[in-house]
Amino acid sequence: MSAYPIRHARWLAPGVRCLIVEAPRVARRHRPGHFVIVRPVEGSERIPLTVAHADADAGTIMLVVQAVGATTRQLCDLEAGGEVRDVVGPLGRPTELERFGHVVLVGGGVGTAVIHPQAAALKKLGNKVSAVIGGRSRPYVILEEELGRICDAVYPCTDDGSHGFHGFVTARLARLIDEDPDPVRAVITAGPVPMMKAVAEVTRPAGIHTIASLNPIMVDGTGMCGGCRVQVGGKTLFACVDGPEFDAHRIDFDDLAGRLTAYRSQEQAALEHLRQAVGEGSCRLAGAVARATGDALGA
Amino acid sequence: MKPAERLKLPRQHMPEQPAEARARNFREVNLGLEDRAAINEALRCLQCRGAKCVGGCPVGVDIPGFLAALADNNLAEAARVLYAANVLPAITGRVCPQETQCEVSCVRGNKGEPVAVGYLERYVADWAARHWDQVCEAAPPTGRKVAIVGAGPAGLTCAGELARRGHAVTVFEALHKPGGVLVYGIPEFRLPKDIVEREVDKLRRLGVRIECNVVIGQTYTIGDLMGEEGFHAVFIANGAGLPVFQNIPGESLKGVYSANEYLTRVNLMEAYRFPESPTPVIAGRRVVVVGGGNTAMDAVRTARRLGAEEALLLYRRSRQEMPARAEEVKHAEEEGVRFTFLAAPVEVLGTPEGWVRAVRCIRMELGEPDASGRRRPVPVAGSEYEIPCDVVVVAIGTRSNPLLTQTTPELKLNRWGYIEVDEQGMTSIPGVFAGGDIVRGAATVILAMGDGKRAAAAIDRYLAARS
Ligand SMILES: Cc1cc2nc3c(=O)[nH]c(=O)nc-3n(C[C@H](O)[C@H](O)[C@H](O)COP(=O)(O)OP(=O)(O)OC[C@H]3O[C@@H](n4cnc5c(N)ncnc54)[C@H](O)[C@@H]3O)c2cc1C
Ligand SMILES: Cc1cc2nc3c(=O)[nH]c(=O)nc-3n(C[C@H](O)[C@H](O)[C@H](O)COP(=O)(O)OP(=O)(O)OC[C@H]3O[C@@H](n4cnc5c(N)ncnc54)[C@H](O)[C@@H]3O)c2cc1C
Ligand code: FES
Repeated sequence: MSAYPIRHARWLAPGVRCLIVEAPRVARRHRPGHFVIVRPVEGSERIPLTVAHADADAGTIMLVVQAVGATTRQLCDLEAGGEVRDVVGPLGRPTELERFGHVVLVGGGVGTAVIHPQAAALKKLGNKVSAVIGGRSRPYVILEEELGRICDAVYPCTDDGSHGFHGFVTARLARLIDEDPDPVRAVITAGPVPMMKAVAEVTRPAGIHTIASLNPIMVDGTGMCGGCRVQVGGKTLFACVDGPEFDAHRIDFDDLAGRLTAYRSQEQAALEHLRQAVGEGSCRLAGAVARATGDALGA
Repeated sequence: MKPAERLKLPRQHMPEQPAEARARNFREVNLGLEDRAAINEALRCLQCRGAKCVGGCPVGVDIPGFLAALADNNLAEAARVLYAANVLPAITGRVCPQETQCEVSCVRGNKGEPVAVGYLERYVADWAARHWDQVCEAAPPTGRKVAIVGAGPAGLTCAGELARRGHAVTVFEALHKPGGVLVYGIPEFRLPKDIVEREVDKLRRLGVRIECNVVIGQTYTIGDLMGEEGFHAVFIANGAGLPVFQNIPGESLKGVYSANEYLTRVNLMEAYRFPESPTPVIAGRRVVVVGGGNTAMDAVRTARRLGAEEALLLYRRSRQEMPARAEEVKHAEEEGVRFTFLAAPVEVLGTPEGWVRAVRCIRMELGEPDASGRRRPVPVAGSEYEIPCDVVVVAIGTRSNPLLTQTTPELKLNRWGYIEVDEQGMTSIPGVFAGGDIVRGAATVILAMGDGKRAAAAIDRYLAARS
């Protein structure tokens, strides 16, 4: 069985790695909204990652990975010339994109990678596209330049004010909705669960069509296990086959946030085990991981 | 040996790991018959003419034939006869419901116990694995390409049969490892994974290509396979799929699993070796498993092995209606699993932090027979009670997986979403065949294999007619 060679690997932010991986079958079929399930090395856990960009001609996909635990750390340790053991996809339903008018993409942390492929597709459909992207501080705001080349406007936000808007993405979004001459018709958001929940509350009063890309814990990604189930509009849906994107106004975000904590103690143990296996000394990521774990996506 | 002497031989017992020990490890429970015991058991077969047992076998193994060879201690011949009809006997010998198929119609069962066909099938297959490298020769290449969707028992059987006939076969499997339920569902203690690997290796040596990490319906559609990808026929064997939940309050709580998830974490992802294997599972000190089939039995026995002090199976009908294999029920009881019949959950109760703390159940009584011919369980008003627990595993069945079918609108489905096929196993799309659980709904390994075998013959005819 062949693995998936890594063409390029670079750090986008502390603890956030961008990998360009050869996966021609995935690249050919990719549409914005799709994700893949990967296993970094033989024996790893299976984890879902959004396809942040696909190049069908080159046969490559781009993954943006935040080291939050053992498996994401194994991935971040990989270098160009190495390989990812397993990549399966594209999975999930593609985003339902249309000509909305003015669309705002709201990304938090690595969630910005999730909304990246939508930007170009929305632009192509003739939309005005704004991106509101956030991070803890300047180095954590990712893909600003890339989005800048595609979008009509990009609004970086930082919690500490070290770059762009001082405050949360939701505050910047609210201002955009109030002040932009082109009324906001749709919002697509990806990032930590509390952020997506807050975005949904910002858009709810005006009834702005809002889509959130959910990140529950997954195993197979084919609908076989039900581990990824989420509550949407009072119904149980499987994010891997029915999503991962849903109408944000109907999602039970608290339910999702709760389920994401199911393996807290085991996750710590797995990370500890990995640290011992690779040796603390050789582990350049240990610090980044320790920091990132505290405010992981969804935590 | 004279029939009278044969009649005197008692049924041999399967040596097992002691219940105490095995309830705490994942090694195989059944250890396999000793040589002498196997021959004695084979001698118990009366070699009936027109033996009924053969009719009970979905793939028509010549049971008296392989038993006669075994009784003669001619193992190579026994293996030859067995493999002629069944390409995965080491697997079916371990997981078939023999008590409702071959053994049920054994005349020796009329007065006493039937011949232990399953034990002997396993014995011969395990011997063959050690001594008889019986990879058959593939016929010369036909130049025809066949794609198989799913590497479960149906897909693997079909692949082997087609490769033998000289067709170029590629199996596309969604997971990172071939085997289907044999690797993600049925636990190591019932079916060691190296046995499945061995069978898959044999197929590879026969020239079958197995491509993992390909989800048909997503990575390719059936249309792509028959078009651009240049396949001349397709066999769909993607299994049953989506787990059913009860849709009762509390199913989102941490500690509620579908049996598929629980078993996949433990088997395919080897969570029982956590943290050496990084995939976790919530082990649970008190585990309640809901259901009465093989899946429920595997889950509840797995819970014991993961260290549960109390592992309880909750089934809404009574013991007689349980669809699980008889041997599994017996083993589970010996391992300290408790059974509660005629009760069903109505709610899962949680702690303020969102963890399972109990299931609230209602008692049932049996009413009129339902569509399945079994008496329908009816709730007894006001009989609710709580069972404290920290893990709940729901094993009440699966429904059809729409991943593939929804991207193939031309494929005719029945009203439950399973694929419709004709007597040949062909779907509404010419050249596209299907079999196994995606056609039957959740069934058995041997029925899936039978479908794979029949479809292979039909595909072979279909291709011949077109060349
Ligand atoms: C459809 C989908 C797309 C995703 N896309 C990306 C992506 O493009 N880039 C990226 O970095 N991550 C993405 N994620 C999240 C990623 O899958 C998790 O971060 C990863 O599974 C964590 O694994 P781990 O072993 O490294 O960490 P673990 O040790 O399993 O977890 C460490 C911490 O991360 C949290 N966590 C665990 N699983 C998830 C999860 N699925 N989502 C959010 N937090 C989680 C835990 O609560 C814990 O705090 C996506 C998730 C989904 C479902
Ligand atoms: C826990 C459990 C215990 C069981 N115990 C027994 C037993 O003791 N005896 C018995 O006879 N039967 C038992 N069964 C039933 C038996 O396992 C099934 O009937 C049998 O495996 C069905 O075979 P299949 O080939 O149709 O499908 P599966 O074994 O389900 O295999 C289907 C394969 O297709 C893959 N797949 C799915 N979708 C796609 C796609 N879109 N593209 C590519 N690949 C895909 C899946 O990953 C899987 O590998 C049990 C079932 C379970 C769940
Ligand atoms: S991840 Fe298993 S069903 Fe979605």
